[in-house]
Amino acid sequence: MSPEPHPTTSMSKTAPPAPPGQRGEDVIHNIGYRNYDGPRLGRGYARTSLFDQSLRGAYGLGRSAKSKVLPMILFAVMCVPAAIVVAVAIFTEAKQMPVDYNSYVLRMQPVIGIYIAAMAPQAVSLDLRFRVVPLYFSRPIERSDYVGAKYAALSAAIFIFTAASVVILYVGALLAKLDFGDQTKGFALGLACCAIFSLLHAGIGLAVAAATPRRGFGVAAIIAVLTIPYMLVGTVQGIAFSQDNTKIIGWLGLGSPGTLVDGLQSKFLDGQSDFPSGQALTSMQASLYVLLIVVLIAGTYGLLLRRYRKAGL
Amino acid sequence: MYNHTVARLTYKGLLGRRRALLLCALPLLLLVVAVAVRGLTGADDEVAKGLLGSFAMATMVPLIGVVAGTGAIGPEIDDGSVVYLLAKPLKRSSIIVTKLLVAIGVTVAFSAIPTLLAGYILNGNSQQIAVAYAVGAAVASVAYSALFLLLGTISRHAVVIGLVYALIWEALVGSIVPGARDLSVQQWALSLAQKVGDSGAGITSEVGVPTGVTLLLVVTLGGTWYAVRKLRTLKLAGEE
Repeated sequence: MSPEPHPTTSMSKTAPPAPPGQRGEDVIHNIGYRNYDGPRLGRGYARTSLFDQSLRGAYGLGRSAKSKVLPMILFAVMCVPAAIVVAVAIFTEAKQMPVDYNSYVLRMQPVIGIYIAAMAPQAVSLDLRFRVVPLYFSRPIERSDYVGAKYAALSAAIFIFTAASVVILYVGALLAKLDFGDQTKGFALGLACCAIFSLLHAGIGLAVAAATPRRGFGVAAIIAVLTIPYMLVGTVQGIAFSQDNTKIIGWLGLGSPGTLVDGLQSKFLDGQSDFPSGQALTSMQASLYVLLIVVLIAGTYGLLLRRYRKAGL
Repeated sequence: MYNHTVARLTYKGLLGRRRALLLCALPLLLLVVAVAVRGLTGADDEVAKGLLGSFAMATMVPLIGVVAGTGAIGPEIDDGSVVYLLAKPLKRSSIIVTKLLVAIGVTVAFSAIPTLLAGYILNGNSQQIAVAYAVGAAVASVAYSALFLLLGTISRHAVVIGLVYALIWEALVGSIVPGARDLSVQQWALSLAQKVGDSGAGITSEVGVPTGVTLLLVVTLGGTWYAVRKLRTLKLAGEE
């Protein structure tokens, strides 16, 4: 914490470390602590620890009981409807699931949005607010390690959040004795959809959250970036549909991260899009969707790397 | 009951730097979409109702209410600087009332006025739709400000809880469980909008005007009263 240089760094330049208790020649202040010269775990270990702690923190594990409440409630809100769907399917002996894997995840977007909005600032804003970022960077980790670990941790947290309900639906489908091959294919594609969704949303959430040390403000800003455009695009698509202007619906979908994933999964992952006409994208639109998603993921990662060139704000 | 210095500080906290950006972005988005939709489809009452009802009333007003309502007091409690305010010889009630008035002013300015403008852009206020939704937005702003200011004094997660209410309760649960719609500020405010709009406009609300107004008053006054009480016994806790 103090601005004084550490004894070892200044000594190692000129003389071998002095025995404990003796003064090194060029040391301003030496109170005789012994140096640690045992094995060091190094950069890779620090990186995995950071990932580990951030991922656990996103569900409140290892934190106070109070901070477990919100993620666990949201997790339950995400999973319980899936369990109800499964129960209904088994009870009525349905020939297929009432909702498919991809569209269940995409329909729950308001809940996922709130989870991301609550957890992304938790992952980065608190570090900024309590000024511990310089402490991270005084360890052997590099800027890219910090950003990469946080990005991976939040993506993994969102993936677990979304994939859990997909797993419930899959297990339920098997219990209801639906076709194994069909369901497994849908399940795998559903997981792929969750993965793309998590990567995209984690990037956007972190990029917004890293810009502010205030948690409350970060939460509102992430909702404004993720959920508001999603609802707005839905509304405008509905208007376009009621005006019989169906060509524009696919283009409008480019306007929000949620509809981007929706369009992508309807084209490539065998899903049904939530767009009002239910129409598929043209191949040109689809390639633009893919391009925009890749640009957004790479762009937010780049923004984060740029953001942490300076440790403060 | 109104303290000028507290009001000035609250304004500065609310409109300072990035927060103002967020507050401006949503109304701007509404206006841009309104212009685009008008250009795309021409004046149409149904379209105007759809955009104002489902985007302005259901999403924009609650979100701005959350930002302004919790932002009026939340950050000060969060970083502990509220003790300097509480240590001054000021009544707790006048602190809350001042902050509430500022929050209401900001919410109305950033939600009701853009709603009115967007309504005029969309269909030139035919059948009083623009005015009706603007009145609804203004009334809702008052109730939201009181509600979220109260949340700001109760919990550190005020913004998240406010968003859960605004987005999950009013939008998601309301669309599945019809009974939940009776318990929503948006529907109470819409009951007034229904009254203001022409009968041909077809703005619908789940509750009648007397019920709506009573519930709005109860929420606003009750919320303010409890916020004052809460501020009297405020405990400053560290970050968990």
